[in-house]
Amino acid sequence: MTVVHISEARTGEDVLIALSDVSKSYRRGAQIVPVLARLTFDIRRKEFLALMGPSGSGKSTMLNLIAGIDSPDKGSIRVGGEDITLLPEAELADWRAANVGFIFQFYNLMPVLTALENVELPLTLTSLGRRERRDRAQLALSLVGLSDRVKHLPSELSGGQQQRVAIARAIVTDPTVLVADEPTGDLDRQSAKEVLEIMQRLNRDMGKTIVMVTHDHRAAAHAKRIMSLEKGDLSYLVEQRLE
Amino acid sequence: MSQWLTLVARNVLRHRLRTSLTLVGLVVAILAFGVLQTVVKTWYAGVDGAVPSRLLTRNAISFALPLPKSYQKRISAVEGVRRVTHLSWFGGVYKDSKNFFPQFAIDAATYLDMFPELLVPDEVRRAFLRERRGAIVGRKLANRYGFKPGDVIQLRGTIFPGNWEFLICGVFDGRDPKTDTSQLFFRWDYLNETLRVRSKAQADQVGVFAVDVVSLDSVADVSQAIDEIFRNSLAETLTETERAFQIGFVKQTEAILISIRVVSFVVIFIILAVMANTMAMTARERLREYATLKAIGFSPGYVARLILAESVLIASIGGAIGIGLTPPVAAHLAELSATLFPTLIVSVNTVMLQALAAVVVGILAAALPMRRAARVSIVNGLRALG
Repeated sequence: MTVVHISEARTGEDVLIALSDVSKSYRRGAQIVPVLARLTFDIRRKEFLALMGPSGSGKSTMLNLIAGIDSPDKGSIRVGGEDITLLPEAELADWRAANVGFIFQFYNLMPVLTALENVELPLTLTSLGRRERRDRAQLALSLVGLSDRVKHLPSELSGGQQQRVAIARAIVTDPTVLVADEPTGDLDRQSAKEVLEIMQRLNRDMGKTIVMVTHDHRAAAHAKRIMSLEKGDLSYLVEQRLE
Repeated sequence: MSQWLTLVARNVLRHRLRTSLTLVGLVVAILAFGVLQTVVKTWYAGVDGAVPSRLLTRNAISFALPLPKSYQKRISAVEGVRRVTHLSWFGGVYKDSKNFFPQFAIDAATYLDMFPELLVPDEVRRAFLRERRGAIVGRKLANRYGFKPGDVIQLRGTIFPGNWEFLICGVFDGRDPKTDTSQLFFRWDYLNETLRVRSKAQADQVGVFAVDVVSLDSVADVSQAIDEIFRNSLAETLTETERAFQIGFVKQTEAILISIRVVSFVVIFIILAVMANTMAMTARERLREYATLKAIGFSPGYVARLILAESVLIASIGGAIGIGLTPPVAAHLAELSATLFPTLIVSVNTVMLQALAAVVVGILAAALPMRRAARVSIVNGLRALG
């Protein structure tokens, strides 16, 4: 295991996501609570990064910033060379649709749509025809081993199966990066293992860049790299390489 | 069906009990609104159906007071008058005082000529003119009490003393659905001859003269001329168009009409509050779903349209059912109300008002939840409990 300071971040490598001098604070009543302060680090292409840290350390905030669903108070976030902090809201939504696949802790599937319809949902934002959308959604579901569950509603699936549908939804648009916020936090050990293996496969076989927030060391062990965001010193990032 | 429509349709059916209860409320509200509007319109039916060339001359003090029958000749002599007839409110009781229906003593021949909206078959007309105690009844009245030609019915006089027997000569229909067919007409000469025996002071008097003028242009002049003739007499007259007469009649109950109108809109306001609460609850429960949609790239407008469409769809279904139920319920109410509402016909205007009310309720109920769902940040929305 190698431990490096953030200031020692890689240069000249194939950087996909670059956070530069990023600060973020939240207002709680009259109080301003700093969460991230002047954070700088990169994520390489085809990386499977696990972000760890205690509650309130800002790891989910960092994930939200990378995913473009939250904006920093200052600093820049470049994804694939594009500074997403400069994008207006409507363009940012388009950017997310094309570049980010989301995997949430509680799956966040539309309960009234079948597994296939849930996976097809992001594709309705594209110019694809109905048949092509269906084909792609079916392919994505087969990649997560749910070809036989296409017509099931989320309520008819187990937690692990629902998370696999969510993964299929996340990858169906072939996004640049997958962001996963505690993807195994609501699953039993076996289902968690299956989900993590799928994520690992997506990273290894399909070259998907994955940024995962987790509390679980067993889950983090599936990543190629683990970063720990320490509470108290927001500008300090500890990295351990699992290689 | 597009994915968007699928989401809307399935969201509507998501909480079946809640949607059903909201629908029931909407149906009742739109139905009540339609029926109340119809009641108000029906109250004005006489005004709408008034013939512009017909004038009504009544006692200037009150239409409850009679005029001498002898006025008829003098009114007929006024320039511009084509013909004159008269009618008198009888106000009798059929068996029981709850069996109210309008009864008029008329000058049979002239009255039926001047009121062509009453469709009296020739043989009925002939029988009516032949039989001194004869009476004709409207279709609705006949159906209600089972009156048929040849029946002898008895009315107990309230204005004119004694029991009065009438022989039903036949049934008349209305020229259009708005024509009141809940009335009974009998011959004034029978009334008058009997009064000469029973109550001489009430004889040779009529309630109202109906005056048919030659030209619409002369309506004002003829009215003025008639009233001028009887100025400073014991029974001064007030002549006005049939429409003005009807409005005057309706005006007496204006406070009730205003109350009914207000209630009809209050009903809509209440269902708006109920619907807004339902939509607010629905949107609050789905905040995380909306945030998820926005996270994966859907615009705030898409989310807002989901809520709007769901609300408008529920309101439209409720509105459509309410509109569909209004005519049969109005008809049933007309039956139940006996002769108070001779006809309760739901007008196209009322249907359009109902549809508009339903759509407006749908839109307004969705307004705040739409705004909230569209504006909530994705991060906060994802934290919301489902």
